[in-house]
Amino acid sequence: MFSADLLANAVVSGILLGGFYAAVTIGLAIVFGQLDIVNIAHPAFIIVGAYVAYILNSHFGLDPVLVGIVAAPVFFFAGALIYRVYFFAFERTGQESLSGLAFFFGLMFIIEVVLILIYGVDYRLVQADYIGQTWRVGFVDFPLRMLVPFAVSLALTVAIHAYMSRTFIGRAIQAVAQDRVALQLMGADPVRIKQWAFGLGIATAAIAGSLLIVIGPVEPSVGRQYIGRVFAIVVLGGMGSIQGMFIAALILGVVESMVSTFAGPSWSPAVAFGVLALTLALRPAGLFGRQ
Amino acid sequence: MKPVAFWGALAAVLAAGLALTSVVANEYYYNALYVILQATMMAVAWNILGGFTGYVNFGSAGFFAIGAYTTVALNKALGLPLPLLILAGGAVGGLVGLGLGYLTLRLKGVYFAIATLAMAIVVETLVNNWSYVGGAKGSYMLTPEKHLWFDSYIQMLFVVMLLLTLSAVAVSRALSSSRLGRGLAAIRDDEVAAECAGVPTLRLKLVSTTVMGAMMGIAGAPFPYFVTYVEPGSAFSLFIAVNAIAMPMIGGTAHWLGPVIGALLVGTTQEIVKVTVSSEMNVLIVGVMLVVFITLAPQGIVGVARKYLRRRAA
Repeated sequence: MFSADLLANAVVSGILLGGFYAAVTIGLAIVFGQLDIVNIAHPAFIIVGAYVAYILNSHFGLDPVLVGIVAAPVFFFAGALIYRVYFFAFERTGQESLSGLAFFFGLMFIIEVVLILIYGVDYRLVQADYIGQTWRVGFVDFPLRMLVPFAVSLALTVAIHAYMSRTFIGRAIQAVAQDRVALQLMGADPVRIKQWAFGLGIATAAIAGSLLIVIGPVEPSVGRQYIGRVFAIVVLGGMGSIQGMFIAALILGVVESMVSTFAGPSWSPAVAFGVLALTLALRPAGLFGRQ
Repeated sequence: MKPVAFWGALAAVLAAGLALTSVVANEYYYNALYVILQATMMAVAWNILGGFTGYVNFGSAGFFAIGAYTTVALNKALGLPLPLLILAGGAVGGLVGLGLGYLTLRLKGVYFAIATLAMAIVVETLVNNWSYVGGAKGSYMLTPEKHLWFDSYIQMLFVVMLLLTLSAVAVSRALSSSRLGRGLAAIRDDEVAAECAGVPTLRLKLVSTTVMGAMMGIAGAPFPYFVTYVEPGSAFSLFIAVNAIAMPMIGGTAHWLGPVIGALLVGTTQEIVKVTVSSEMNVLIVGVMLVVFITLAPQGIVGVARKYLRRRAA
């Protein structure tokens, strides 16, 4: 059962998977890691992104990843709108701990049920030339349906990291995370900055969704499996650190791939939560903690 | 509510339920009422931790399924009768709840909420891989031949669930109006301040999570007999978890009556929509009601009613 090429393939596919997890998580790393908004509906937005890619791909034959990038601005505005509702209903009145959580929980549930109502529980997939191809280096496989999402995700992570550390708004977002009162004293409006950041987080869900459906078929409830993964990665990466998030995503991808290769794929959903529980118990600040 | 009025109301509801079984024969009504009662019990249980103590539990479906699968396993292994299975479901659920209570030592707020979700998914993964109780394929339950003096098995299950739910409401009321309930409220408002004021926070939280877990386990224990075919997808359904959160939030979490009102309102609406529109719509409606209510009336129906009564009194 145990052999070198099996191990090598498990590690490589774990790294590719982990790279994709970074795209899934990066929006939450901004929204939860920087703004402390517990958007447990984030995976549900990713599923919406996957369905947008599916619809435009099956009707017009557009490339799914391209669709994801084009749809991102629309997601941005939807996200900004949701933040406004969230702010006025919960954050302003200090209700975010109980009601805010329940709000996103309800939102996640509505998205899932609406998708089931429209498209049913069948698995949907996209067509693209590269999806069926595989590159082979030695005895290690690089399926393009994993390699393309890995590359796009890496580019997205680098872009977001540059945006957060180089641009004015990116730095303002980090300033909100550090001290919102001080920011207010500087004459900036923390609510507008948070609204921008939340929109940005949701915009990444459009791209992550298109990558998700490139990797494999999607149905409305697969989003739930990602809740554990994304929170495990954000916490392991140390709340808001983009580099930390990327490394944590790779770690989770490799561990999951190992477990599914050597113990069976039915055990892999529990891996993320195992990682999360261990992190919270042993090192709550994560690998690259902000405090 | 005065004790006399409260116990009188419980007795009246129980009498009405028993009277129903000798008047109505149509099984649909008992099915619908069973579903509503089960949801009420889950909502009351959720509120003991979520409403009284302020810890959000997203893993209600996990506790429910623990009760259901305790029944499946023990029925297969020992062939125990229903009352013992209900006790066993409560015991296992309570034990897991106790374990969850110790988690609150390290995990506060959102981390606790995510940990409960984690617990539900870990338990689901275990059940999926546990072939003795059917694994991912699920398993069938035979409906027993005997059903006391009732006309059918579902009538008996309905009365059992009615008794269990009324007991849960009584426990919840007793908890909230006792010294213990005031301690829980202190934890909800400010845990550190409560600890400083001498409230034994850990012990109270353990009581709270254990009672919640036991109640949810009990609510799930008769479920295999109700559906006759259990599989992880239905026992761990997100719908159960959403209902358990939505009903108290809609009814009002601070008062013991809140989850009951919310559950009756949402549960009845769901049953009506299921019959008149479609069963998918009935799932959607609870999500929409949850979001609308917490956005517009964060204190729930009880909160709105209290505000109205206070204004009228002033």
